Amino acid sequence: MTPISRTLAVTLAGALMLAGCSKKPPASLPPEPGNVDTGTATNTGTVNGPVPGSQADFVATLMGQDTIYFDTDRFNIDAQDTAALQAQAQWLSKYPAKRATIEGHCDERGTRDYNLALGEKRANAAKNYLVSLGIDVARLSTISYGKEKPVATGSTEEAWAKNRRAVTVTID
Amino acid sequence: MKFAIPLLALLLAVPASAQTAPSPAPSGTASPAPDDGLSGSVSDDSDWQNLGIAIPTFPTNADVPTPASAGSTAALGRALADVITADLRNNGLFKPTGPAALPMPALGQVTAPDFPTWKAKGTDMLVHGYVRANGDGNLTVGCYLYDVALGQQLTKMAWVVTPAEWRRAAHKCADLVYSRLSGESPFFDSKIAYIAETGPKNHRMKRLAIMDSDGANHRFITSGQSIALTPRYSPDYRQILYLSYVNGNPRIYIYDLGSGTQKLVTASKNPTFAPRWSPDGKWILYSMAIGGNTDIYRISVNGGDSLRLTDSPGIDVGGSFSPDGSKIVFESDRSGSQQVYVMNADGSGQKRISFFGGRAATPEWSPRGDQIAFTHIAGDFHVAVMSPAGSGMRELSKGWQDEAPTWAPNGRVIQFFRTERGSGRTGLWQVDLTGQNERRLPTPVDASDPAWGPVLP
Repeated sequence: MTPISRTLAVTLAGALMLAGCSKKPPASLPPEPGNVDTGTATNTGTVNGPVPGSQADFVATLMGQDTIYFDTDRFNIDAQDTAALQAQAQWLSKYPAKRATIEGHCDERGTRDYNLALGEKRANAAKNYLVSLGIDVARLSTISYGKEKPVATGSTEEAWAKNRRAVTVTID
Repeated sequence: MKFAIPLLALLLAVPASAQTAPSPAPSGTASPAPDDGLSGSVSDDSDWQNLGIAIPTFPTNADVPTPASAGSTAALGRALADVITADLRNNGLFKPTGPAALPMPALGQVTAPDFPTWKAKGTDMLVHGYVRANGDGNLTVGCYLYDVALGQQLTKMAWVVTPAEWRRAAHKCADLVYSRLSGESPFFDSKIAYIAETGPKNHRMKRLAIMDSDGANHRFITSGQSIALTPRYSPDYRQILYLSYVNGNPRIYIYDLGSGTQKLVTASKNPTFAPRWSPDGKWILYSMAIGGNTDIYRISVNGGDSLRLTDSPGIDVGGSFSPDGSKIVFESDRSGSQQVYVMNADGSGQKRISFFGGRAATPEWSPRGDQIAFTHIAGDFHVAVMSPAGSGMRELSKGWQDEAPTWAPNGRVIQFFRTERGSGRTGLWQVDLTGQNERRLPTPVDASDPAWGPVLP
């Protein structure tokens, strides 16, 4: 039942992303399971899909664009990031009561304290861009995890590229 | 925590049963003949490593039960010699021979060694000592260092300890031997705070933990429910500054070891991290991000207003006071990449000191003031040292990712943590300033972010 449909959705989203985007994060990157919010089964309701306006809906709608990626030691928003942030803003505009936290992350090839500061810069860069798109600043918060929460566990350029990210998580 | 433990008392007493020994050489001053070749700089340890030191079991005047973990006073005499041997051997400083391979002296020989026998064994230096259970439940441990070739006592000392603190007497004795033979300050009787790590790389549990400098008396402080990072022992060992995500956001807490309670260092809602103590324990340095921009601040340990020390648009983070508290070394990427800067303690006079290629991060001022340890990033991460002017850069470690140096209280040994490529496994390592004596510290689980405290009084 639900697990199967979710797996399908994830696979589909991965395939769509493969076709849709091409830059820094490896194209095969699937939406991270961590963002699907597996702990809140009540929000997903039935097998018909996530409840509109829920975090699960946000993840399903954004199809990977809930996350933007950065180059080593950088925190600037590039063209591909703006497309993702515009998609995020669109969803957030549709559900004006929803608040969101932007998590800033770094790869393991940085010292701990510096990465905490760099993660803050990344999260704030994403936040500021969303605000520039008209999202009320009061709806957005940031948190840096530095290098403490990698999604890709290898020690390769590919894994590091996946980990240098800012993830928008809406608050159910 | 249970009850406050009485402090270890330092006595200059000699045992009642012992005959009057020749008066010991004045400590820490002019060195008589036996010091030749031993009191030089730490840059070449080869002479020390050839020095044979014998550490036989410490006899007792009466074998009686004691609450010390070793058991009776006789067993404790053996355990003390074992701990001293391990201290000296594990730091690569000497070639000690422990009690397992040596005959136990009679009590009377502690103050009147059988020099010809030891000389015949090829012993250069001889450590003797004794254990005595006192009427009040405490223990007295004596420690004597002899030069066998000269047939002379070099130094002696005795300590009164509670049975629970017996290992401290062994560390004090090892410190006495090390200091007398090397001319350096002691460091064995000290503690380390660090982060204990378990679980997979993408779901790591990180707990605050403490232990003695040799890994004994290990204790977890936090449960692991929330991420704990970057601890720093207060100079009096009563408190630990560290970062916790306990309330969701990364904030610095000051944890009180006596009461087991903690409080925020600042009331600010902004994320705070990279906490540091001033050498006198009166000030706290921390880094705070406001709107994504991280700067370094200083606040009194009693609270009050924070003083902002840096204001560059780049990342200014960390910080470490010079031993006299007048200057702070810190890290900034204002030039485009992480580099090391020095400023006055009020934030004035900021000046970059690292100019040797690669990035330079996590600077820590030596307690002796003569060196700054840091993480040199040039491809891989290596622990390195340089002078406070930025000259004489030397890498001391060669791992894939060696990070976050912390100084031994005597400024002659550095600990850091090493991350394994791929697995992300971490461990604490130690290296001396020659870079030759590197070893892994034993910890019950993976470990990172070591913070070495001062020598206990």
